[in-house]
Amino acid sequence: MKDPELLYLVGGVVAVLLIATLITRILIGRSGETAVLVNLRQRVNAWWWMMIVFCSSLALGKSGVFWFYGLLSFLALREFITLSPTPRGDHRTLTWVFFLILPLHYIFAGAPWYGMFLIWIPVYAFVFIPIRSALAGDTERFLERTARIQWGVLTCIYFLSYLPMLLYLPIEGYHGQNAKLLFFVVLVTQISDVMQYVFGKLFGKTKIAPKVSPSKTREGLLYGGAAATLIGTSLWWATPFTPVEAAIMSIVLVASGFFGGLVMSAVKRSLGAKDWGRGIPGHGGVLDRLDSLLFAGPIFFHIVGYYFDTSMHDSYQQPQWMYDALRLWIGS
Amino acid sequence: MTGTVLAFLVRLATGVRLLDDVPEDGKRRIYFANHASHLDFVVIWAALPGRQRAWTRPVAAAEYWEKSPLRRWIASRIFKAVLIPRDLARMRAEDPLGKMLEAIGDGADLIVFPEGTRSDTGAVAPFKPGLHHLATKRPDALLVPVFLENLSRILPKGELLPLPLMGQAVFGEPVPCPAEGESKAAFLERARESVMCLSHGHLIPANDEGS
Repeated sequence: MKDPELLYLVGGVVAVLLIATLITRILIGRSGETAVLVNLRQRVNAWWWMMIVFCSSLALGKSGVFWFYGLLSFLALREFITLSPTPRGDHRTLTWVFFLILPLHYIFAGAPWYGMFLIWIPVYAFVFIPIRSALAGDTERFLERTARIQWGVLTCIYFLSYLPMLLYLPIEGYHGQNAKLLFFVVLVTQISDVMQYVFGKLFGKTKIAPKVSPSKTREGLLYGGAAATLIGTSLWWATPFTPVEAAIMSIVLVASGFFGGLVMSAVKRSLGAKDWGRGIPGHGGVLDRLDSLLFAGPIFFHIVGYYFDTSMHDSYQQPQWMYDALRLWIGS
Repeated sequence: MTGTVLAFLVRLATGVRLLDDVPEDGKRRIYFANHASHLDFVVIWAALPGRQRAWTRPVAAAEYWEKSPLRRWIASRIFKAVLIPRDLARMRAEDPLGKMLEAIGDGADLIVFPEGTRSDTGAVAPFKPGLHHLATKRPDALLVPVFLENLSRILPKGELLPLPLMGQAVFGEPVPCPAEGESKAAFLERARESVMCLSHGHLIPANDEGS
């Protein structure tokens, strides 16, 4: 936490939360403890705790961050599998997933062994999971069961782990400052969530997918997304981006955050639940808060990696002919 | 002390919540629940408030808990289990019902699993008559139904390693004692239904889709 810019970011969040706490107090003082306001107070209180834990992990340095996200992955997967009706035949498979695949993934990520981080889950784990389930001998709904576990592992472990992995993106002229980039991603995505919710409540008319998520409206997405983009852009000084780049990356975060939330909501509904769990008072489960980060993390990571990464690996380089063809097609 | 820590760890690992109000009315309680996992009695025990936990004793199979010194120590020291035999010859010799009534008489609350053994499928099997005997011998005791959710997925029969999933212990309102003229079978079925109706639709064979 030696970086003053990081302290400004933290200070900004603390100020916003103080204002939110104050407004909640005033509203409750004025109109009593209605259900909506009690929920609001719970949510604001939970935000304080989430912010404190998140900042503490940053203060502990890289290992703190990886431990924190490892734990989050564990809790998220726990909620996911609890809601998914996995039968007896999956018990041993899931034991391997929770106690070996998950910790090893975070060990590879934190090491950092970038190549292994990339393929450990999509190649090795995804080959292992159906093998272990097949050995258990239960063929009932085999494909569905395999897909279910793989989806949980992909989102809760693999996608989520891209957030701490941002600490290892070697960006020219930004060495040792990556904590701010992680802060930026989490902040913009979560603020986008909150803004979409608030603007949706205020102006929401057109529901985007009422069956999947009744609270997601076109107006909420547009106004809330615009507000989050503005905030994201105004934080360009903390990122390796120019203001224009910060705006573009904020839009990327808003969009991928929105769709992450939408898809996870659809998954949740298909499992017949309203909330993922009851771990965070006022919010639901851990996954209810993380859902928008699941898609945002990996997409942000790889876009930034493509444009800025110079030394971690060469795989981002496209072949010359493809590059030329693209330029020709775009016409520049 | 060991008990408090253990109960906390069990709640942490299984996601089961501490029950906040069991009235201290001096009445004896018999908690009865569906049975699908070794965790079942531990979870009910851990969900009870500390004071109640101190005088609540699970009723468990003697054959299993007497097998090794460690098991014997856990059963007798930590849970103060009332061990009753399943074996017919031993049952005649040791009078399991008498043991349970004696425990209640000494001021203990009991945790019983009227199915007699752990279910393999997650379905609730018909209840054995023991609960009826207890209810007729001690009509003053409160019969509290408990539905245990998901524990068979955390630690199914025959598995050694538990999964870190979230379970739940749903406590219901006490079931009235056998009414005059009510048959044993009718009472047992009524008790069984009181457990099942706490499941809120979660009582589905694990292979079925939730929705």
